[in-house]
Amino acid sequence: MEDVVIIDYGMGNLGSISNILKKIGYSSTITNDLQIINNAKKLILPGVGKFDKAISNLESLHLIDLIRSKSSRGTPILGICLGMQLLAKSSEEGVLPGLGLIDGRVLKFSNDDDLKVPHMGWNLLKYNSNCPLYLNFDILKEVKFYFVHSYYFEAENPMYIASESNYGISFSSSVWKDNVYGVQFHPEKSHKFGMMLLKNFMNIPC
Amino acid sequence: MLKSRVIPVLLLKNNGLVKTIAFNKSKYLGDPINAIKIFNDKQVDELIFLDIQASKEDRTPDFELVKKIASECFMPLAYGGGISRVEHIQKLFSIGVEKIIINSAVLENQSLISEAAEIFGNQSIVVCIDVKKNFWGKNQIFCHVNNKTIDLDVLEHAISCQNAGAGEIMINSVDRDGIMKGFDLELIAKISSGISIPLIVCGGAGSIEDFKNAKDRGASGIAAGSFFVYHGPHKAVLISYPSPETLEEYLS
Repeated sequence: MEDVVIIDYGMGNLGSISNILKKIGYSSTITNDLQIINNAKKLILPGVGKFDKAISNLESLHLIDLIRSKSSRGTPILGICLGMQLLAKSSEEGVLPGLGLIDGRVLKFSNDDDLKVPHMGWNLLKYNSNCPLYLNFDILKEVKFYFVHSYYFEAENPMYIASESNYGISFSSSVWKDNVYGVQFHPEKSHKFGMMLLKNFMNIPC
Repeated sequence: MLKSRVIPVLLLKNNGLVKTIAFNKSKYLGDPINAIKIFNDKQVDELIFLDIQASKEDRTPDFELVKKIASECFMPLAYGGGISRVEHIQKLFSIGVEKIIINSAVLENQSLISEAAEIFGNQSIVVCIDVKKNFWGKNQIFCHVNNKTIDLDVLEHAISCQNAGAGEIMINSVDRDGIMKGFDLELIAKISSGISIPLIVCGGAGSIEDFKNAKDRGASGIAAGSFFVYHGPHKAVLISYPSPETLEEYLS
């Protein structure tokens, strides 16, 4: 069995995720096959694009209930970028409900203060060192990741915030609840930082 | 936080990687995927790929090749070459490119910039301007598609691209391409003080001091080709990238 399954629901190029996993020594499968996803030890939910389109793609592939069931069975799940936002209950970008795996909603950055939206580029993280994703990050002088997004996750409970970053306002750049993790940035485009984070995710016991 | 970015520029021709001198004499260096793998290990913060044939051959980007390249990049990727329509840009983003670079398509008309910036946000739109000195040393815009200079002021063009919605301007000095004797610092100072968006400079980098000089003249992004792919006086092909400590020392 592969180490991790990357869910393919037609939102973006997933090649760099499987390649960076290979680079750090893990095999992955990119698929939307229900059986393979159901048996996966770990799941990555990637995604670039619009919230409603993503949810309706998941719906039509019968993946919504399956992802929820995997989450309740304790399978470690990592949402990346839009994949993180899908974990919320709702998004200002759309009208469809999210997966609701982490209580929170997705809001749009306001255009005030000459803030350029999308937020795009490398940015720093203030992380919770108790979160398994940031294991061993304390040895680094600075922790930065690459972001491209116009919407951000607002967790209902600060307990769920795994890291914060600043872009005009402080926002949750990653969230975490039990076995479900979400990162707003792109670990697969953040070279050594991304490799460390993904290695940590892959090392989470399942 | 706003340390200047140091960006390798890789040129594509017939699916291979090449390096030019003054936009000519392209020399084959090797396979682009191998080069990316080396840059991944060097923790490069950004890569630029330019297909130098696409616009000349009046064709669209080679989306299959760009997709392969994007899949191998563990850093953000900017791509330029053959982009003339919003649909090309849409497709490039969907296959994993983070920024697109437009050049010849906006020399006469900047509407592609505004259309693209409206849909995708201006951060992802870079306009590259090739600059060549004429016989009297005056800077002129060069169009690589027909090998001609254009009677257009470089700064004025940069400003109109900025006003149309470009997120970054990239200046590429044709005469200095591949020469490795330093950037056109006067030009950098003039353009950087005349625009309000970040300026990426390219053409002439031969040493880390050149990076510092460009940064001191206001460049936010320092791009180079030969510097990263050649080694020694005989220009042996060897990919390298300064260590984080060196970059810190010169560019912070």
